[in-house]
Amino acid sequence: MADYRTALGRARGLGSAKHGVGHFIGQRVSAVALIVLALWGVWSALSIAASGYDGARQWLGEPVNAALLVLLALAGFYHVRIGTGVIIEDYIHRPATKATLLIANTFVCLAGAALTAICLLKVAFAGGPS
Amino acid sequence: MVESKPALRARPLSPRLEVWRWHITLAASILHRLTGMGLYAGLLILAGWALALASGPDTYGAYAGLLASVPGKIVLFAVTVCLFFHMANGVRHLAWDSGLGFKPATADVTAWAAFAFAAAAAVGVWVLLAVNGVL
Repeated sequence: MADYRTALGRARGLGSAKHGVGHFIGQRVSAVALIVLALWGVWSALSIAASGYDGARQWLGEPVNAALLVLLALAGFYHVRIGTGVIIEDYIHRPATKATLLIANTFVCLAGAALTAICLLKVAFAGGPS
Repeated sequence: MVESKPALRARPLSPRLEVWRWHITLAASILHRLTGMGLYAGLLILAGWALALASGPDTYGAYAGLLASVPGKIVLFAVTVCLFFHMANGVRHLAWDSGLGFKPATADVTAWAAFAFAAAAAVGVWVLLAVNGVL
């Protein structure tokens, strides 16, 4: 017997179309990266906490430090954007409020990631204290 | 004959605090979300630090002074606790995703372990800061 439903009509309500796990995997991959990056970040914070402006710039002038701190910020904002999105979806049920918060969350995380990365790179490329 | 549209299957609902009996695993679960929000704030503090460092010595000095004030230290200590708890509890989540650690007794022990690790690691880091003369 002929099935007159469209492909979309047949697929609706049946779950993932193979893209639904993207966030799930991304959240876990960034989590694994962040275990290492955050531990390094705490250790680094301890080592430069007392070094002041010039010390901090000198520390960021080291390519490995700059690369790892940029990665920490990018992975962090990526991870926190997904996590916060899930919390908003779980607890905010008014569609307009939910959409507004989800978009605001995305904008804050993208702005934070871009601003942090550019500031860190600006200092890193300046090469040591100015 | 045109078939009628299949009904959407009932979707699972997220857990709500008021329907759960208090338990250590419940506390760990809700605190995972709360500490995640705390780390959101922590990332924004890091963004502010990067901006201050790129803006020059005066701005950096003012920002560092803000972080070194008593309220600043309280916030940074809270972020440290959030980080270590979220990290330890995140490892529990990664284990569950691999199908491990679901037995109630195991889940209880690992939840307590996450709390213990968070407390010990956060206090340890701040003791190190004090020993280094930063506090």
